[in-house]
Amino acid sequence: MTLNLTVSPDFAPDHISGWFIFNTWLQRQLGTGVHLELYDCFDAQRQDIKSGKFDLVYANPFDASMLVRELGFKALVRPISKPDETIIATHKDSPLQCVEDLKPGAQLVATDDPDVNRIGMIMLEPADLDQTNTETTTVDSYVIVAKNVLNKNAEVGFFLKDAYDELSDLIKSQMKILVSSEISVVHHTLLLCPKLQKYAPKIQQRLVKMADDEKGRSVLESMNLLGWEVMTEEETEFMIDLIDTLLDE
Amino acid sequence: MPEHDMKDVRDIVINYHDGTSRKATVLDREVPYPEGKLIVSRTDTQGIITHANQAFVEMSGYTEEELIGTNHYILRHPDMPAVAFAGLWETIEAGNKWHGYVKNLRKDGAYYWVKATVIPNIRNGVVVGYTSVRRKPSRSKISESEALYKTLR
Ligand SMILES: Cc1cc2nc3c(=O)[nH]c(=O)nc-3n(C[C@H](O)[C@H](O)[C@H](O)COP(=O)(O)O)c2cc1C
Repeated sequence: MTLNLTVSPDFAPDHISGWFIFNTWLQRQLGTGVHLELYDCFDAQRQDIKSGKFDLVYANPFDASMLVRELGFKALVRPISKPDETIIATHKDSPLQCVEDLKPGAQLVATDDPDVNRIGMIMLEPADLDQTNTETTTVDSYVIVAKNVLNKNAEVGFFLKDAYDELSDLIKSQMKILVSSEISVVHHTLLLCPKLQKYAPKIQQRLVKMADDEKGRSVLESMNLLGWEVMTEEETEFMIDLIDTLLDE
Repeated sequence: MPEHDMKDVRDIVINYHDGTSRKATVLDREVPYPEGKLIVSRTDTQGIITHANQAFVEMSGYTEEELIGTNHYILRHPDMPAVAFAGLWETIEAGNKWHGYVKNLRKDGAYYWVKATVIPNIRNGVVVGYTSVRRKPSRSKISESEALYKTLR
């Protein structure tokens, strides 16, 4: 048997090799082949997930909803102390002091990361802004989001907080944060497909113990994670319900 | 309590639709919505609070122990019209998502405005409770809601 693994494309490029090291580690732990496939685009990955190509998915919280409720996946673990938070930032010289200073017609720059973009738009609601009265430029990475903010091609940029924190000090010193989310209960999860549920306890157990030894810790470090903790079914449902309230249809 | 608030203090009785009532002190003082946070609570199918996050505890002014097991109407502000909540319950009991602007009463009598979304928690096809998530509303939506709710009271 080979487990097909994929990872939500929203982690920093520096950690790509970390996921390949994880792939090898997991292979040894489970005594079975694990094949990792990475994407640089959310939509293409979602299509392949829906067509049943993957058994194990490290998913962003919005895709986790789809995986659980539509495809019957179950969340096994979540990364420890790593909530997904969103930052809206502007140029440090910008006259903007808070989100409410933005006016209709505001120019935004963002990646195609669905959870960051959704939370970002929610944080613009206090300024009466939405998709219909803002203009968004979509770019490939958070570094490019930052460049667009620094070049003043956009008034504000949306960032995954982790990605913002990893920008160079030089870039950060030229930016100003208008608002930073503090949601804390929305995070990535590692999910297993319905047909391989019999392996769930073993995978879960190995991952939870991963931070206990030197080797496991170094693999975690290369992925910029501290460790894994068990995600119960009710915790998963709770997170998905919460995300559901953030989708406006 | 700061002195300038004293003139805006009202002692009132709030009557709930289940026939109970309580005395409450109401102040004309708004507490600003906490930036970047979501205020989250869950109830059972009867509207009894089963979970409240830290932002909920801080904004309501009650302790977590005081909130859990209490009817969610503990936050009902007298300026909120009954029809708004009738609409909420009708919507969620039909299995749908409800959105609305709500003025909430804190334990200390002050108030805070939220944009609330309530959804049913469905497990194995059965509604086992409800989740409400609140976010920061715009000033224009608050003004619109204030004007509307005055006509509905
Ligand atoms: C999940 C959930 C959250 C609620 N949150 C609030 C709230 O924040 N403030 C409020 O006044 N009512 C809230 N309600 C509505 C109350 O249950 C109740 O209908 C309302 O306070 C009016 O009380 P009354 O109908 O007894 O007069 C909530 C209901 C549910 C199901």
